[in-house]
Amino acid sequence: MRIARIQNDHTPAQAEAVDVRIIDSLIEKYKGKKGSLIPLLQGAQNEFGYIPREAFAYISERTGLDLSDMYGVATFYAQFRLSPVGKHIVKVCHGTACHVQNADKITDALIDALGVPDGGTTEDGLFTLESVACLGCCSLAPVMMIGDETYGKLTGPESVKIVKNIRIKEKQANGEDLH
Amino acid sequence: MSKTQVIVGLGSCGIAAGAGKTFEKISQLQSSESLDFELKKTSCVGMCYNEPLVEVIDESGSYLYGGVDEERAIQIIDKHIVNHEPVRELVVRSDLFETADKEFLDTQVKIALRNCGFIDPESIEEYEARQGYLSLKQIGGEGISQEEVIRTVLDSGLRGRGGGGFPTGMKWRFAFKNPSPEKYIICNADEGDPGAFMDRSLLEGDPHSVIEGMIIGAYAIGATSGVIYCRAEYPLAIKRLEIAIDQAREKGYLGKNIAGIQGFHFDMYIKEGAGAFVCGEETALIASVEGERGMPRKRPPFPAESGLWGKPTNINNVETWANIPWIIQHGAEAYAQYGTEKSKGTKVFALAGKIKRSGLVEVPMGITIRDIIFKLGGGIPQNKKFKAVQLGGPSGGCIPEYLADTIVDYDSVNATGAIMGSGGMVVMDETTCMVDVARFFLDFTQKESCGKCTFCRIGTKRMLEILTRITEGEGQEGDLELLQDLSEQIKDNSLCGLGQTAPNPVLTTIRYFRDEYEAHIRDKKCPAKVCKALLTYTIDPEKCTGCTVCAKKCPVDCISGERKQIHLIDQEACIRCGECYSRCRFEAILIQ
Repeated sequence: MRIARIQNDHTPAQAEAVDVRIIDSLIEKYKGKKGSLIPLLQGAQNEFGYIPREAFAYISERTGLDLSDMYGVATFYAQFRLSPVGKHIVKVCHGTACHVQNADKITDALIDALGVPDGGTTEDGLFTLESVACLGCCSLAPVMMIGDETYGKLTGPESVKIVKNIRIKEKQANGEDLH
Repeated sequence: MSKTQVIVGLGSCGIAAGAGKTFEKISQLQSSESLDFELKKTSCVGMCYNEPLVEVIDESGSYLYGGVDEERAIQIIDKHIVNHEPVRELVVRSDLFETADKEFLDTQVKIALRNCGFIDPESIEEYEARQGYLSLKQIGGEGISQEEVIRTVLDSGLRGRGGGGFPTGMKWRFAFKNPSPEKYIICNADEGDPGAFMDRSLLEGDPHSVIEGMIIGAYAIGATSGVIYCRAEYPLAIKRLEIAIDQAREKGYLGKNIAGIQGFHFDMYIKEGAGAFVCGEETALIASVEGERGMPRKRPPFPAESGLWGKPTNINNVETWANIPWIIQHGAEAYAQYGTEKSKGTKVFALAGKIKRSGLVEVPMGITIRDIIFKLGGGIPQNKKFKAVQLGGPSGGCIPEYLADTIVDYDSVNATGAIMGSGGMVVMDETTCMVDVARFFLDFTQKESCGKCTFCRIGTKRMLEILTRITEGEGQEGDLELLQDLSEQIKDNSLCGLGQTAPNPVLTTIRYFRDEYEAHIRDKKCPAKVCKALLTYTIDPEKCTGCTVCAKKCPVDCISGERKQIHLIDQEACIRCGECYSRCRFEAILIQ
């Protein structure tokens, strides 16, 4: 059932200070309009990457929407996240076509390589591993998506290699910053 | 003489296959070599198995190239554009000569997909050039009445393409008859079935046909406002819809006194779904548009009476809307010439799974499933045996090989226990375990159940537990009867389509593949060799060369044996990961 999703929280607790004022214009845009709850939450998530507790309180205070309604909606839909995510979200497709082409092996390999459960975020905050419903690239099954890039016709080792390459690139980029 | 055109297919599938890079490369070559041709974009052609696709249209005709990576792009530009010599071996479709993929295209009748792959979806002019918005102008120009439009749609025999199969014209008539001054039109683009991507391709490839369909629908029922409820997982479709709506507004197709019809005011906006399968159900969709949890409610009242914000509302699916302009333009008879007695016209299917040519196809109703899989789809790869086809996603069922001559129409498909659904068609071969497939769908519906009805919420969970147990080798006598009993209860006691159809994948697989269930339960064997817990890996002493690769790769070190000696797997310690099997180059690992 859908409310079971909220227990699925494997994120390292490193909450950052949240500046809620960045959603002021968003609130202005939707304030008082009917049916605005979902767009407000979507907008807040676009800004923060997830919906921080502070944002819930702030939106509620400014718009008069009930906190309980907001929380109800946020936990109902798969799109909303209540905790911070990694820099790269690794979405492994588990649609029917990917399932019959062994998508489980991709997830298993990534769980092993990243050392996090499905839905978890790595210690370094680089990756969040997610299983998602159909990405709609069935002809390339099995598929995963990182950012806007889609990788098709994968095997377990290939998917691990792709993630490792991103990690290497990130490390190099960080190294250059230090100089 | 017109300029040579180079058109790159940039749908989601194409981009995933690397079409973006191909486009960049061609664009780069064009400027660095100062080549004189027109570089254009289009969307999904439907031949997903050949992506990325690039079409070259020169004075001699059209050549569609398949599998065009950057390297092939260089080759095509060099040979075809510079030296005027088409690269015939890479051509997958041409109007000049026959190609191997001829059957894939010739068996199709494109009505809903009439423009997909032919126009730049971000250009309203290209849509207009292919008779776009002509139907709307026709209605305005000839003064066709609302009743006449509804009559045409009714006579065409068009039925809801989202899966319900309710006659579209009838739905429109209900909404039309309601005297309310405020009515709504909704396009259901919350395509949630795993394995279905028809609506996404249509919205990405030809958004204006959907918009025009909605405008015509709005005129027919007297709606003032429209909503396109689209999955947030389809960012490209949303982007192209936004562009298209702005263009339509600019050209006066949306706004006041549309198409010269006095008093016909209509506009629309996009509402992004937030990821809930149940929102494909119309009352849940309405709740979601209103900003609430997407939970279905009891019908009646039907949306035609009391829908969005309590006003009369007409909801149709993307594909249904895309058919409307064609039907108005060509007439009801032209549409009804295709299909069977009770299912008229064409249907779009997304072919995927264990099939050679996966992609998007539009076929006349009445074609057999076998023809779709073997003629269009080219059959099963690697000479494997065709086992079953899954129709209708989590609400549908598996049709076995021996029923593959079933024709595609609502009633014939329903008779098999599957449903037509929105058009996802996932092909399965001998290496697919039907118990595992049933478990997969139950896992999906169980997670997606909104929780309102007890039988759907708890019943699907219990069914999933039983199925999981069976796939793990813990199945018991009586499990199948229990599953069937639970199925009936869930079907009878759920409010919406999600619960009422959730048991279908289980019921059809028990009906057609009972022996496979029994093998799991009684013999503790998985005939398709999918269910991990039921497999044993052993080493064939005849074939083992003692190369030690398997022993080195085994993650739990359960393979023993000296170099050049026959190896042995410790069954107690084996975790059945299959690593040894995939590593062995001598086919010495046996799975039983």
